[in-house]
Amino acid sequence: MPISHLSHWGLLVTGDPLLYGADASIILASVGIVFVLTYFKKWKWLWREWLTTVDHKRIGIMYLIAAVLMLFRAGTDALMMRTQLALPNQHFLGPEHYDQIFTTHGTIMIFFMAMPFIFALMNIAVPLQIGARDVAFPYLNAISFWLFFFGAMLLNLSFVIGGSPDAGWTSYAPLAGLHFDPGPGENFYLLSLQITGIGSIATGINFLATIFKMRAPGMTLMKMPLFTWSIVATNILIIFAFPALAVALALLLIDRIAGAHFFTIHAGGLPMMYINMFWIWGHPEVYIVLLPAFGVFSEVVATFSRKTIFGYKAMVSSMLVISVVSYFVWAHHFFTMGGGVSVNSFFAVASMLIGIPTGVKVFNWMFTMYRGRIRMKMPMLWTIAFIPCFVLGGASGMMLAVAPVDYQFHNSYFLVAHFHEMLIGGVVFGMFAALYYWWPKVFGFILDEKWGRWAFWFWNIGFYVCFEPQYALGLMGMQRRMYTYPSGMGWTALNFISTIGAFLMGIGFLVMAGGIVYSIFKGERDLTGDPWDGRTLEWSLPSPAPHYNFAVIPTITDRDQWWTLKEQGKQDTLRPRPEDIQPIHMPKNSAKPFLIGVAFFAAGFGFVFNWYVLAAAGLFCIVILLLVRSFEYHSDYHIPVDEVVHTETALGRL
Amino acid sequence: MKAGKVRRRTLTYAGLGAAVAIFLTGCGTQFQLLNPAGPVARTELNLFDISIVLILIVIVPVIGLLLYIVYRYRDIPGNTAPYDPHFSDNRVLEFIWWGIPIIIVAILGVVTVRTTISLAQPPGSTSNASPMTIEVTSLDWKWLFQYPGHKLATVNYAEIPVGVPVQFILTSNAPMNSFWVPRLGGQEYTMPGMALRLWLQANQPGDYYGHGANFTGRGFAHTTFHVIAVPMAKYDQWVKHVKTTAPALTLTGYKNLAIPNVVGELTYSSYPANSFYNTVMNDGGRFMPSTMQVETSLHH
Ligand code: HEM
Ligand SMILES: [Cu+2]
Repeated sequence: MPISHLSHWGLLVTGDPLLYGADASIILASVGIVFVLTYFKKWKWLWREWLTTVDHKRIGIMYLIAAVLMLFRAGTDALMMRTQLALPNQHFLGPEHYDQIFTTHGTIMIFFMAMPFIFALMNIAVPLQIGARDVAFPYLNAISFWLFFFGAMLLNLSFVIGGSPDAGWTSYAPLAGLHFDPGPGENFYLLSLQITGIGSIATGINFLATIFKMRAPGMTLMKMPLFTWSIVATNILIIFAFPALAVALALLLIDRIAGAHFFTIHAGGLPMMYINMFWIWGHPEVYIVLLPAFGVFSEVVATFSRKTIFGYKAMVSSMLVISVVSYFVWAHHFFTMGGGVSVNSFFAVASMLIGIPTGVKVFNWMFTMYRGRIRMKMPMLWTIAFIPCFVLGGASGMMLAVAPVDYQFHNSYFLVAHFHEMLIGGVVFGMFAALYYWWPKVFGFILDEKWGRWAFWFWNIGFYVCFEPQYALGLMGMQRRMYTYPSGMGWTALNFISTIGAFLMGIGFLVMAGGIVYSIFKGERDLTGDPWDGRTLEWSLPSPAPHYNFAVIPTITDRDQWWTLKEQGKQDTLRPRPEDIQPIHMPKNSAKPFLIGVAFFAAGFGFVFNWYVLAAAGLFCIVILLLVRSFEYHSDYHIPVDEVVHTETALGRL
Repeated sequence: MKAGKVRRRTLTYAGLGAAVAIFLTGCGTQFQLLNPAGPVARTELNLFDISIVLILIVIVPVIGLLLYIVYRYRDIPGNTAPYDPHFSDNRVLEFIWWGIPIIIVAILGVVTVRTTISLAQPPGSTSNASPMTIEVTSLDWKWLFQYPGHKLATVNYAEIPVGVPVQFILTSNAPMNSFWVPRLGGQEYTMPGMALRLWLQANQPGDYYGHGANFTGRGFAHTTFHVIAVPMAKYDQWVKHVKTTAPALTLTGYKNLAIPNVVGELTYSSYPANSFYNTVMNDGGRFMPSTMQVETSLHH
């Protein structure tokens, strides 16, 4: 199959039907969006209410939409790969396509699905849980979002303009260096991740500042909801881990566009250094996306068992221990690169140690259910489904931590099964639990149970059918990242079964989306603001919350503040009293975060193709926008008391 | 609700059944990792078994307990199970579930370190034969094997004598790959500019599947090779045969091999002197002598 852009950069004229198909669908989708917006006269609305917003709730919604769309995109990649692998010696995808697709699948799932999903949850829940009106730096929050958004655009564009990266989501040098991988694909990877990574670091700082500085009076650290604690742990990881990735990406980019030799084979480059730096970020990254899911499960399991969480202190300390220890395990990703006895022993034992606090969390979740009353609502179903899946994935993870066993499993389908079990059974199930849990808070209606249950069973059965056979394929010696395999190895039946499972999950996704559409029209409206009989502050607010969140900032006396008040019949304490209402200080909307995103996109695009004029223009615009912002003195305003009183009255709270 | 529960249980049984089936039928050699043909793979499999047992001690009770708790405490009218909304800590319980994982990790840690140390040594030979060396270079997308003892070379297959510990010295003259012969033992990377060592040994004659395990681009799926273990006498015959009938690998021939493509099996009666050493040095080895695990054996 001629992939002409590998040899020369035939940008749009590639002669490849797959790419023309992608081109056509992108153009059609864009035309459709433009048409709908114009027809319903929604351009202004879009600009005013969304593109320029600094409201954490709206930013959360935009992250959420993006994450779900990216799950669709990368899921489609997954189904194409599974189709190719269903039978031996197939020609549905050639090696060039398969390599690009597994690379974009992995990269998008991690950076543009899991990351925005956790950012969505942070934005949606944290300020409401801690009794704050927004995050510490709302303007920076918007910048983070637009950097993520345009980073994602850049990577997605690669498939149709110039070719996607094809050196794996790990992008190891020297394979990803200019010598072995000419063409713009790899540049797309480096620049899009660099851009979104800057946004992630800013989010880490932003939410740590928010949580440490903006909690309602009385909410000591040990009275914080566990989801908020999980976000503390995650953001500590983000701010220490992401800089390592940023440096690795930058150095590799300099190698590629300026001919340096940080990671080349010749002239003294050290490819191994890239691998170290990548995993110094990469292992903590696993916990960056997993810890928020832990937080979600902790909230859900207590709420739907109508019980206080078991072992709150152990839950907090185990998350903090995980966030520290996960910096000392990165070399378990390359036990087989000649680490030697002492290095391998150290990293093997350190990796196993992480199993201890993680195991403790599982017991605490189970004993939260013990002597409770378990309501099988969607969030709880996903939480219960998470436990066996996570326990199995954890078990295979322990085996991979045993260095000599890893010599056999490394790079095999056993590993592929393991990390999908953690990333789907752990992260994605957690995100789904959160989606059903907080959806009414965000949109004011509950997602339909019946659709939800169908989707749940498709996902769960599909999951085990897809990934358990892959453990066996690992034991049969099948390597990962193979675009095809010979018959006669005994791999055929299991691969075929695995593909069936993948399609069941695909159906699960569609049913889930169908359920959302159905619920938009027919879903039960949430009129109380507390559809699940919740425990934490966000459930004391109306759904959706007014844009200033709290008319009066509450005073906290208990861990499960809202639940305790309900037990004592004192819910009214959290209703605003007219005499307490004061003008509310809020940030103004701004177009600059969006424009900064555009400028980063232009700069990134310029560097991808070595068009330095465009790159310089983009960078110049970024500097100008930052300068303009620093001379802006009226970036905030006050909501007058009347307006607050009016809003609260309309919500029936006064 | 009920149907859901039944389905869940059926699933669990099906999963367990499948797992058991896999281990019982493990005698089918298609489960390569469960059918070691030499001491290294055997040691690794033993460790795998130990770790499975240790981990089952935790996960079986956990999954059982989960099913029990979810069933017992579900919110249905008339459920007589105790309800205690403030039951949120218990010293004894917490002691138990910090304790059990700690003990298991301690045991697993000790056996892991011991085995890691032992696998760095040559495996015990069964024939009193002294270890032999094969130098392996991964190229795009093929494997070059050089036998310094006989000064012969092969591509995409290697013959070895049964019962003799073989020291594979690994490098790459292309993006790094990983040298993996599942039935003989775990893999080790081939990295440009470095020479890493991997001990393997076959205790029974056979044709063992080998494959590159680390992605190297377009031709990666075709980086298959074979390790063919034969009795000593047959091995000597093979060497003699190669030395007398095969062509020589010249410098130009080597350059052609380094061109990215996929080739079949090839055999050479000789190769340019010091070519392995020079490859390592030219691909960065001269900048990092400390990363050469096996420096001394390289000059010849
Ligand atoms: C919807 C179900 C999914 C299916 C069917 C699926 C399938 C696959 C397949 C077929 C591969 C390539 C295996 C290979 O050739 O080596 C792969 C790789 C990968 N997947 Fe998934 N996947 C799914 C979901 C996810 C999710 C949710 C994540 C992360 C949050 C994820 C992360 C990855 C990563 C990081 C890789 C490795 C890419 C690489 O080798 O560079 N996948 N997946
Ligand atoms: Cu890791």
